[in-house]
Amino acid sequence: MALETLIESLPSLFDGLLITLLLTAFGILLGTTLGIVLATGRSYASRPLAYLILIYEKVLRGIPLLVLFFLIYFGLPQIGINFNALTAAVLGLGLRSSAYQAQIYRGAINSIPEGQIHAAYSLGMNKLKAIRHVIMPQMLRLSIPGWSNEFTILLKDTSLAFGIGVIELMRQGRYIQVRDPDLVLVVFLLIALIFFLLVFTANKILRYVEKKYQMAGYQTEAHR
Amino acid sequence: MATDFGSFFLNSLPNLLNGLGYTLLLTFISIAVGFFLGITLALGRVYGNKIINGFCVGYIELIRGTPLLVQLFIIYFGLPSVGIIFSPLQAALIGLAINSGAYQAEYLRGSIQSVESGQMTAARSLGMNKLQSIRHVILPQALRISIPAWSNEFIYLLQYSSIAYIIQVAELTAEGKFIAAHTFRYLEVFAMIAVIYLVLTIVSTEIIDRIAKHLSIPGIGAAKRVSLRDI
Amino acid sequence: MAMLEVKDIYKAYGNVEVLKGVSFTMEKEETKVIIGPSGTGKSTLLRCINQLSLPNKGQVWLDGEEITNPKTNINKIREKIGFVFQDFNLFNHLTALRNVSIGLEKVKRIEKEAAQTRAMQELTRVGLEAQASQYPAQLSGGQKQRVGIARALAMDPDVILFDEPTSALDPELIGDVLDVMKSLAGKVAMLVVTHEMGFARNVADEIIFMEGGVIVEQGPPKEMFTNAKLARTREFLGRIGALYGEEETGG
Repeated sequence: MALETLIESLPSLFDGLLITLLLTAFGILLGTTLGIVLATGRSYASRPLAYLILIYEKVLRGIPLLVLFFLIYFGLPQIGINFNALTAAVLGLGLRSSAYQAQIYRGAINSIPEGQIHAAYSLGMNKLKAIRHVIMPQMLRLSIPGWSNEFTILLKDTSLAFGIGVIELMRQGRYIQVRDPDLVLVVFLLIALIFFLLVFTANKILRYVEKKYQMAGYQTEAHR
Repeated sequence: MATDFGSFFLNSLPNLLNGLGYTLLLTFISIAVGFFLGITLALGRVYGNKIINGFCVGYIELIRGTPLLVQLFIIYFGLPSVGIIFSPLQAALIGLAINSGAYQAEYLRGSIQSVESGQMTAARSLGMNKLQSIRHVILPQALRISIPAWSNEFIYLLQYSSIAYIIQVAELTAEGKFIAAHTFRYLEVFAMIAVIYLVLTIVSTEIIDRIAKHLSIPGIGAAKRVSLRDI
Repeated sequence: MAMLEVKDIYKAYGNVEVLKGVSFTMEKEETKVIIGPSGTGKSTLLRCINQLSLPNKGQVWLDGEEITNPKTNINKIREKIGFVFQDFNLFNHLTALRNVSIGLEKVKRIEKEAAQTRAMQELTRVGLEAQASQYPAQLSGGQKQRVGIARALAMDPDVILFDEPTSALDPELIGDVLDVMKSLAGKVAMLVVTHEMGFARNVADEIIFMEGGVIVEQGPPKEMFTNAKLARTREFLGRIGALYGEEETGG
């Protein structure tokens, strides 16, 4: 009976879901941390450094995620750098996301009026303090819509870790398909539903956060 | 070493070109089909009645709420179980087009809604019907406004077409994997593939930018383009 | 039979009654000016005439045809009723010339070349032949509004409705637009909502004073300005004359 096999396979889908969430969490963490550093660097660091960051962003935004996975997982071992599939996937997701996130933060920084940093200087703050206490808090708020967007993109992109053999939701789905070919459509529809609910919930929560931290008079628009 | 890499590159070239052909095919066909799908959905969302609007919202949210790979798996692995069988290339084309249609619909809707309502009123006051007003007044402006977003979408499709590799389409990434598996030179091969995608991305951005400049009209979409210029 | 007949028009938005039974008629080539305080339903009345807003009750007749009848092809009727907007509403993606010719091309189905020749004549009429190839964003407000008038004129309308055509303009640009409108008086019927008292006094055949969704009083300008019957009309004309300085924009 197909239903029984489906129920039997639910625990393995749950395992897959955990890995998917793990990839998302660590990927976004790496992407956000690095993205903020990159954006701040591009706006406030010396010219050569800012230029290097620009190149990093362009390159990482110009390569498909799957190719980036292959480079890290299959390519790097050739020069002695070995990662397991899970680490490679987190690295790939995080690095690529950092390039997109840097762009979001930079856009936010650029939309903060110059007078803000002048006002901070006039109080006697140095550059670092001005960035930390005046620019950062505004930048982060302005970036929430873009960050939400990026979060759901990354969540969906974790499915590509399938390509380097990470046993996340998609791979679990394939295992079930191999065990019981009749279930294939149901299983992938179920996985689609799981992703949909994750994206839906994430959007709801993030929209709430966005509203809560909105600065009066500032509005931003998200892009894909 | 250098000459070694040179000859390696030359030997790989036929495979790479073959893969490149499929990558471009996937990208162009799915952006074109997705464009018509997107316009239809966007118009349905803005001008449709409750039922049409609801249908369009449902489609857009479902597609945007699930990964492209899941969609491809449903089409390629799932549908045969109910008797609908596609070749890998067909499945990839359908999946990418359906996916892109939903994303294009969203930014086209944004552009349509950013055309001031007075434009429609003025068109109607001249005696144009709704369809004529949309065609001659709203869309020419909305499409221009959406060029920067469309440019992003093109780059996305170019890159996400690599996912077709997973369902055995012999596009660029698949050819790379094939060469690497036979030569064990993973790093060089994938670096090469990465460079090809990078060049494609830069070149297509540049081309679309020129088209945008050529089509630009004073006062339309200018503000938006400036804000995206630096990307 | 009057060319345009407005019979007992009512219009409400939700619970707010904007028009409470407005009736008047217009003859061919006549110029009428509607004045009155803001929020009194003047613009709504214009929009009800060409059905950009649908009246809740009442009829509008043009050349013996009831255009409020749902069976009437409203697009056909709108060809015969020009509309000039307060905020111009020029088509942003078209040059001045194409703004004027697009109605001829797409609605009247006139061949492109003939349509553009005609459009050029209208632009010349409003003094903008030199700006034909410019886009709306490159024109001043006064120039935009003159293109708007040319756009309406090109359709050979029976009547042109002007919805506060100079309200969005800088004071120094108002004169050019009023001059163009003045030059049209007696050639095409015009129904003008405006606060330009000079124009009303010198150009209108009749002035309609509206307040609170109804016509309070109407009559020839001379009578209205010097000898209005109702105290309310005299009070309004006195106040607005002081506010807008009727001498400066004498039309």
